[in-house]
Amino acid sequence: MTGASRVRAVVSMQSRPILKSHARLQYDTVREAWALLSPERVFWPNEVSLDILRLCDGRHTVAQMTALLADHYAADEAEIAPDVTGFLQEWSDKFLVTL
Amino acid sequence: MNEPVLPPIGMLAELTHRCPLQCAYCSNPVELLKANREMDTAGWLSLFEQAADLGVLQIHLSGGEPTLRADLGELIACLARRGVYTNLITAGVGIADGRIEAWAEAGLDHIQLSFQGAFAATTEKIGNSRGAHEKKLETARRVRAAGLPLTINAPIHRHNMEEVPDFIELALSLGAERLEIANVQYAGWALLNRKALMPEREAVERQVQIVEEAQERLRGIMTIDFVTPDYFAIYPKPCMGGWARDAFMVAPDGTVLPCHAAGTIKSLHFERFGDWSLSRIWHESSAFNAFRGTSWMQEPCRSCERQEIDWGGCRCQAMAIAGDASATDPACIKSPLHARMGALINEAISTKTADTTPDAFTYRRIGRSVELDPTSA
Repeated sequence: MTGASRVRAVVSMQSRPILKSHARLQYDTVREAWALLSPERVFWPNEVSLDILRLCDGRHTVAQMTALLADHYAADEAEIAPDVTGFLQEWSDKFLVTL
Repeated sequence: MNEPVLPPIGMLAELTHRCPLQCAYCSNPVELLKANREMDTAGWLSLFEQAADLGVLQIHLSGGEPTLRADLGELIACLARRGVYTNLITAGVGIADGRIEAWAEAGLDHIQLSFQGAFAATTEKIGNSRGAHEKKLETARRVRAAGLPLTINAPIHRHNMEEVPDFIELALSLGAERLEIANVQYAGWALLNRKALMPEREAVERQVQIVEEAQERLRGIMTIDFVTPDYFAIYPKPCMGGWARDAFMVAPDGTVLPCHAAGTIKSLHFERFGDWSLSRIWHESSAFNAFRGTSWMQEPCRSCERQEIDWGGCRCQAMAIAGDASATDPACIKSPLHARMGALINEAISTKTADTTPDAFTYRRIGRSVELDPTSA
């Protein structure tokens, strides 16, 4: 891999995000909370973030994820889509998910 | 104590002080431990089990050079079994064939590889180790081939600050997800070598610009974490995220400390794992409780609105510069001793020789006795 060939991944509704192998979502029995472990940091995702992260399995497209989340939260798809893509772009930029 | 003690999240395990490199800014204590003082495999395994029970989620396996421990794979396997995230911090010289792959197989999560220079000549000079650069490049390739994520760590000081753009290109070309541009902190060996390492103010300002521009340009391509130089700062760092707040470190002999330089505060007493359980040390050690929370603070920290942002800064720096471990970190602009930081920069710069070779380094060596007077440059 050369430096020049590396580009930023940008989220689209057709992306199939998957949690990176070095980012690990696990239940912490001491604190009774879900933790996302990454090379230098531990994240404590809230309920919505957790639902999105769990759908980052490489099979669901962002469009499908949005539809499932809209259904689950009885929300409008078009309304929540920018939030979902915003989250995913941020996590991609932090090297937590591959788009 | 003003609040209950929460379980620790992170632990730095200095498995050994042995190292093939002799960097003059090593964060290890100036009095290094020989191999016969190191805790054995059973000791580390027992400590790691207790750490996981206590709530530790992330362990940095460091040194010295941790890969000199033949039992490293066994230690990683234990941590992986307990779901603890493992980060191996290595200089990456002389790692035998097959070991990186074996660690990945055992469940290692991440590797942080140091480069002392962006070019071979610098790396060799700073680490006092011939051929080190090529070996590190080879290690980086093997890490990526093993499918492990890679962080490149570049400790920055006067002798390699101009190479910051080249460090960025190097890390990109090696496929690193992350690059740490870490300005040397003046504790341990770096304090001893402060005069030889201190950068010029203009060079620091150029460096900040270069890093900020690269962080913007490389968003989503490579993360660049910047550890700013304390002596040029306005506010101190929240050292260790606050004393004994969510992290601690363990020395090669099993001594448990709130931070890697805490031994420089001679009034503190530290317990060894084995004599006490880890849980007892975390909760009851007088050294851990000495600067926990905010009730120990003096003015200006005591009435400062930033007291729970930076937690008073670095206790060891307060000790080194102010001669009082419970004083405000002099890196803080509110410290009455803040001007001394600037004076120490100027003294270091004015006494440096015309050529910039690091001949004046006191290279890190085990068994060397040294005298320290940190309050004068």
